Amino acid sequence: MSAYLSIEGIARRFRTPKGTNTVFEDLWFAMDKGEFACVIGHSGCGKTTVLNILSGLEEPDGGVVIMDGQAIDGPSLDRAVIFQSHALLPWKSVLGNVAYAVASRHKDWSREKVRAHAERFIEVVGLKGAEHKRPAELSGGMKQRVGIARALSIEPKMLLMDEPFSALDALTRGTLQDEVRRICVETGQTVFMITHDVDEAIYLADRIVLMTNGPQASIAEIVENPLPRDRRRLDLHKQPDFYALRNHLIDFLVERSRVLRDSPPAGYDRRRPPVVRPTLATEPVGALSPRRTAGG
Amino acid sequence: MGLPLRLRAALVSVLLLVVFLLAWQAGTAGFRGGGAGLPAGMDPEYAKLMGITASSSTSAMPSPGDVGKQLWALLSDPFYDKGPNDKGLGIQLAFSLGRVLLGYGGAVLVAIPLGFVIGMSPLMSRALDPFIQVLKPISPLAWMPLALYTIKDSAVSAVFVIFICSVWPMLLNTAFGVASVRREWLNVARTLEVGPLKRAFTIILPAAAPTILTGMRISIGIAWLVIVAAEMLVGGTGIGYFVWNEWNNLSITNVIIAILVIGVMGMILDQILAYVARLVTFPE
Repeated sequence: MSAYLSIEGIARRFRTPKGTNTVFEDLWFAMDKGEFACVIGHSGCGKTTVLNILSGLEEPDGGVVIMDGQAIDGPSLDRAVIFQSHALLPWKSVLGNVAYAVASRHKDWSREKVRAHAERFIEVVGLKGAEHKRPAELSGGMKQRVGIARALSIEPKMLLMDEPFSALDALTRGTLQDEVRRICVETGQTVFMITHDVDEAIYLADRIVLMTNGPQASIAEIVENPLPRDRRRLDLHKQPDFYALRNHLIDFLVERSRVLRDSPPAGYDRRRPPVVRPTLATEPVGALSPRRTAGG
Repeated sequence: MGLPLRLRAALVSVLLLVVFLLAWQAGTAGFRGGGAGLPAGMDPEYAKLMGITASSSTSAMPSPGDVGKQLWALLSDPFYDKGPNDKGLGIQLAFSLGRVLLGYGGAVLVAIPLGFVIGMSPLMSRALDPFIQVLKPISPLAWMPLALYTIKDSAVSAVFVIFICSVWPMLLNTAFGVASVRREWLNVARTLEVGPLKRAFTIILPAAAPTILTGMRISIGIAWLVIVAAEMLVGGTGIGYFVWNEWNNLSITNVIIAILVIGVMGMILDQILAYVARLVTFPE
């Protein structure tokens, strides 16, 4: 079966006077339609570069990315990006920002049709009534909502998010996570998201991609989320498998992200990184973890 | 004091004006009697011979009242035309404004597109930089002989001088504004597959507009400074020529009035561009 999105051996290298500096190379990963994947890794492992390559804003120094049967060649309206810094156009109103995207997608639409379509997505993210405000008049959370509305309004095949909630306060972040999850589950949106926040990944992702430290980063393993699909953010910590998963991820960030780069386990295949599913019943994966019991 | 700041500032302004006018009045009043008396013991015939009585029975320096009266006379009939050396203040001002707008308009048409090119292309930016660095510090009036020789028309030469002096601030500001458009805004346009021309007009132009307008505002200020000097050289018409002509007539009153009018007109031009700048400025 061919995947909806297939990252096939992409690499990123920098040429420095001292020689070639490889951020990552020979990276393989595939996603199905409607899947929500999160990437976790330390700064410098090339997460953002991977996302930029997926969006088409950057070109890989090797390998290809195939999306829905076509190699990615430059930016496209098929893949919408939600930027960390929201990247709204400050001289346009909320409606203007969303309508700009809609009009770019549907060049033949009338002004009224574009407006109606944009208003529908502004309502989806809960900003009805703020259409005519400028970004400067909005709070950080509201700005990011506009960014989400703009990305959703072009109805992309795939949503790419680069730490979209990292600049927000905890309360706002929580409500926005709820809304993003609701919208993505309802619409079956395929999402690729970068995060630093382990709990955010646990709540949102179906699969979590763990990247080792850079340079020479690779995908250490792919973690399947054992939590039920109808999970809710507020009682996430009461799910039986929550701590097993969380400990596994924290363990990785604290220690294994470094160790696994320097000494990959025997039989490690870049094309097929190990897939793990930490649950209450399983022992923590990886011989390096000293703990006997998982979770709590 | 319960008065708002604006009102208090206006009161201080009026007070300063009154003090200035009174000082002016006192200064000119003192002058008047000054030269009337003869130095003690001097033969009146000898004094006459030396020109002491002839020179300064009255000073040419007018009092504020004289200037006010003359100003009223000139403003009440600004558009009379009694030959080449006697035209109304409005006509002279219109000539100057016309030259400034022609030269400045030409500079806008050249500087903004060229600034776009320089701002968007690092190659052109580096290639043109040495020329700009050399041409920019040249006093605009230094171009005048060259312009007169090549163009062979004094009126067009004055317009050219205005053009050359207004082009640099606009060019540099446009290039800077265009080059420093935020990368993320350009990325937004790229992910939305916006074409290069549409990107220039819908992202780069609005993003750089405040910086461009700052350049335009600097340019109009310089153009208005330079037009007076240019018209003094070129002669014929315009407010600069009026100043020089009245100096030759030794009408200090008219010179003072011209200075006042030049200042007010410069302020109006600056305020118009400040208003446009406010329209295109966006809060971040």
